[in-house]
Amino acid sequence: MFLTSTQRGGARIVSVKAERIDAAVAIQFKEDMRVETEGGPDRVILNLSDVSFIDSSGLGAIVAAMKQLGAGRRLDLAGLRPMVDKVFRLTRMDTVFTLFPSLEDAMAELEG
Amino acid sequence: MANERTTRDGIAVVMAQLRAHGLPDRLSGDVELALVEVVNNVVEHGHAGLGGGLVRIDAQLSATGLDLCVSDFGRPLPGGHIPPMQAVDLDCPRAALPEGGFGWSLIHQLTDALRYERRGTRNTLLMRFSLTRTHRTRQRSAPAVP
Repeated sequence: MFLTSTQRGGARIVSVKAERIDAAVAIQFKEDMRVETEGGPDRVILNLSDVSFIDSSGLGAIVAAMKQLGAGRRLDLAGLRPMVDKVFRLTRMDTVFTLFPSLEDAMAELEG
Repeated sequence: MANERTTRDGIAVVMAQLRAHGLPDRLSGDVELALVEVVNNVVEHGHAGLGGGLVRIDAQLSATGLDLCVSDFGRPLPGGHIPPMQAVDLDCPRAALPEGGFGWSLIHQLTDALRYERRGTRNTLLMRFSLTRTHRTRQRSAPAVP
């Protein structure tokens, strides 16, 4: 288990407590995300500030986690470090997700 | 290297050696990501159903760039060539968004040259990372290899 979650201001915040989301953990990540987001608020913020590396399998797992949330719920991403941010931009997944520099920025949008 | 976990460990060793030999930090992330994508392709496709296999990585670092040669004895690439650079179609409903197919697109964009050879039962993928290019990972619209 490498995810922790809290609820704040009407959003479920899931933090990844790992340096990598790659092929070795992609399936577990998707399953853990399902558990952490089940039945919670419509907005989920995935805090990636501890993650320094993601590969295409990890990216696929984040897409899968977003899809399994179901209609009417959204997954935003926060705290992307340079190589993680780069993977989202190179695959144009930055056009699918809303990316925030930090968790505080993601929360500010919610409160503002 | 036999599976996703040993891939991670093996590439960590290669990256540590490359950094020890002077691979600049600004290139390190790109090289690691491209290597991970290439080796995972071998593990997931080239070696699938074959009970695993070894992947060999040779590197040559010079003042102008890094040349990596990844070889294995798994299946050849489908059609005998590297898939062309192709952006994944994201213009679709959320439920239809792709969860894979990003690997080769990343490899194309992260490298400055890419070549594949099949000789006998051996696959070789050659990747070049330029140290002199100022703007890395430009967007390519055309295949890097005809």
